[in-house]
Amino acid sequence: MSRIGVFVCHCGENISRTVDVEKVAAEAGRLFGVAYTCDYKYMCSDPGQNLLKKAVAEHKLEGIVVAACSPRMHEKTFRNAAKAAGVNPFLCEMANIREHCSWVHEDRDEATAKAIDIVTMMVERVKRNKKLQPITVPVTKKALIIGGGIAGIQSALDIADSGHQVVLVEREPSIGGHMAQLSETFPTLDCSQCIMTPKMVDVVNHPNITLHTYAEIEAVEGYIGNFQVKVRKKARSVDMAKCTGCGVCMAKCPQKKIPNSFDKNLGFRPAIYVPFPQAVPNTPVIDRENCTWFKTGKCGVCQKVCGPGAVDYTQEDEIVVEQVGAVVVATGFQLYDIGPKPAGSAIEGYGEFGYGTIPDVIDGLTFERLASASGPTGGKIVRPSDGAEPKSVVFVQCVGSRAREKGISYCSKICCMYTAKHTMLYKHKVHDGQAYVFFMDARTPGKGYDEFWRRSIEEEEAVYIRGMVSRLYQKGDKVVVMGSDVHIGVQVEIEADLVVLATAVQPREGADTLAQKLGISYDKYHFYSEAHAKLRPVECATAGIYLAGACQGPKDIPDTVSQASAAAAKVMTLFARNELEREPIVAKVNERFCVGCLACRKVCPYGAVEEKEIRDRSGNLIKVVAYVNPGVCGGCGTCQATCPSKSVELDGYTDEQIMAMIEAL
Amino acid sequence: MHTDKVKHDFEPKIVALVCTWCTYAGADLAGTSRMQYPPNVRVVKFPCTGRIDPVFILRAFQKGADGVLVSGCHPGDCHYMAGNFHARRRFAAFRKLLEFVGVDLSRLQFSWVSAAEGGKWVEMVTELTERVRQLGPLTEFRELELAEQWSGATLTTPELKEAYQAI
Repeated sequence: MSRIGVFVCHCGENISRTVDVEKVAAEAGRLFGVAYTCDYKYMCSDPGQNLLKKAVAEHKLEGIVVAACSPRMHEKTFRNAAKAAGVNPFLCEMANIREHCSWVHEDRDEATAKAIDIVTMMVERVKRNKKLQPITVPVTKKALIIGGGIAGIQSALDIADSGHQVVLVEREPSIGGHMAQLSETFPTLDCSQCIMTPKMVDVVNHPNITLHTYAEIEAVEGYIGNFQVKVRKKARSVDMAKCTGCGVCMAKCPQKKIPNSFDKNLGFRPAIYVPFPQAVPNTPVIDRENCTWFKTGKCGVCQKVCGPGAVDYTQEDEIVVEQVGAVVVATGFQLYDIGPKPAGSAIEGYGEFGYGTIPDVIDGLTFERLASASGPTGGKIVRPSDGAEPKSVVFVQCVGSRAREKGISYCSKICCMYTAKHTMLYKHKVHDGQAYVFFMDARTPGKGYDEFWRRSIEEEEAVYIRGMVSRLYQKGDKVVVMGSDVHIGVQVEIEADLVVLATAVQPREGADTLAQKLGISYDKYHFYSEAHAKLRPVECATAGIYLAGACQGPKDIPDTVSQASAAAAKVMTLFARNELEREPIVAKVNERFCVGCLACRKVCPYGAVEEKEIRDRSGNLIKVVAYVNPGVCGGCGTCQATCPSKSVELDGYTDEQIMAMIEAL
Repeated sequence: MHTDKVKHDFEPKIVALVCTWCTYAGADLAGTSRMQYPPNVRVVKFPCTGRIDPVFILRAFQKGADGVLVSGCHPGDCHYMAGNFHARRRFAAFRKLLEFVGVDLSRLQFSWVSAAEGGKWVEMVTELTERVRQLGPLTEFRELELAEQWSGATLTTPELKEAYQAI
């Protein structure tokens, strides 16, 4: 093909000030294969685009080079214009003579020479461009939500309400997540259970939601619109179809002294248990590590007492395969552990706070369980060591957060507010008690947040001391808090009955392995990365995967719910179409030359390369070659540079095109 | 940045092979920020540094480039997740080969320039241009190409080949 039109844009004066556009057009006209050239004040304007369309029709142009701004700016504009003019959009290229030339050089001669070179390169490229057709892929209108906390629940309900199928996968035996553990929520002091449990019930009753609890993601394959997800449903040892949730098994289980992790190990549970009374689904799970039957082969009490005969010791893990079109990741957070520093952790521990050896030093979530009406103490605030009511409580903020020297530099965002809430809950329950808060800064941006924080000081008389705590130690039955007050410049020592550490919010354990299964990226703390910090905050760079809640970064409940609904809206946008169109910049294998070494498969970041057998008519295997699934291929071209026999080609960036550009110099 | 223009005897040709997501965008940013740099560089856009075959670098040297710049996203920032890691490995091996062949490695620059680093792009292009200017033109490869042509290997039609043999 050799009828190329070159359109040189002045961009007002942005280009023409330093580049002699007429000369560029004239020089381009001399190039072999260029049938038409012109220059115009604003190519991107309506008249400019019409000029292009008219020229295509009059001069029977088969390829277009627009010498103007960066393709990142207007490639779409001109490709659409080309399409409207009847030229395949992939035969239209932009020569970047503004950002890469006129704006960065002052000398007119040099800039013009460079612009001519750039145009020449693009003309050589367009000559070798192929007509490409957009690839369409079907969309499976079913969403997978990973994580059944408030983020996952909100996303699931929103998507399900729009009429699409949802699969919700939760690792724990019940959905609810951290929000179910909280006592009250800031800034309104709503009872967390009261606003959370109705939503949990909605999920289990929703006709469009399939719920897999006590289940984990085993493997994810596929691409936007077409994911295959393997879900491992761990053996519950209780048949969900038969169980009525009567709870007799739990009452009769002889093992009753297992620390309940839902209550932060303050209370106990039996070996067959639901994590908390309002659990959804209300079907118990046998904790096989602690169950006498699984340890010794004797007992079997729960099976004997179960009326419907739901207890089944022989149950095994089950793999369920789900076909979905979109994934919302909502795996949430965990609190930084104040216990001994785990081996291999990049984060320094807090030896000065006793490494978890002082029983009356607890974290914020433990305090929530103490204050919760459905918690192990029935809402009575007591010390874990002796059950006495604490008369003075010291709250320490920024434990782990904003501590670069310890390994975490970010702000955990929620601690200022929940500590203010804790001081209130404490004062409401222990009227003669005194709360002290050591803090660096009080960060209270949010609707009604600062008013709430002020209330904790002005009405509930919490004493806020600006400064950090250097050491905690046990003295008799008291915990001595050594800190400083930087406002008046003195050392402070408080003998407290209870110390609550506002520990940092971290991503869930195993967030990195899940990310690797999904093929999404994460930061150094293992928070998942959004595609763009400001403009695409709920999408992953991997198409079809969305983020909701604290797995992306520390968040409070309103922010989490907003993001969850936003992710749901993104999923619905995707599901509004039956087919997806995507850029046809994908790799293709030349099966005649491919030797089947599959080096391309090793380097492909998308897992797009498969084996393909080539057989003759009678079915004998001739050879095995690589096959690139165009739906999965991301178009990076790493395979092509790796291929030893040069038999993979990336459409739009073929060797021929690149070589022509280099040789045009 | 109005520096006095100095006329040089030798203007090197620099070919930059860059990825579209980070370095190309970084070079765009240099443009929108109106930074100034020597006009010796010609940019070839790739989807990813992983797509850059070392052969392109050889071909650029052969076809008249005096310096080559390869630049992509910072490690861990690759739009395609791992392309730049593959590129890094490939070029680590390729540098050795190039050194063995006898090309001064200071003519070849690998770097990471993110979409936010317009300044770094300018710095790098300026530095490389000045460095290559000091080294002078790269002639060895071009002479080789000339020799290759004289050997008759590039003659395509049998008639031409026959004529060449007859000389």
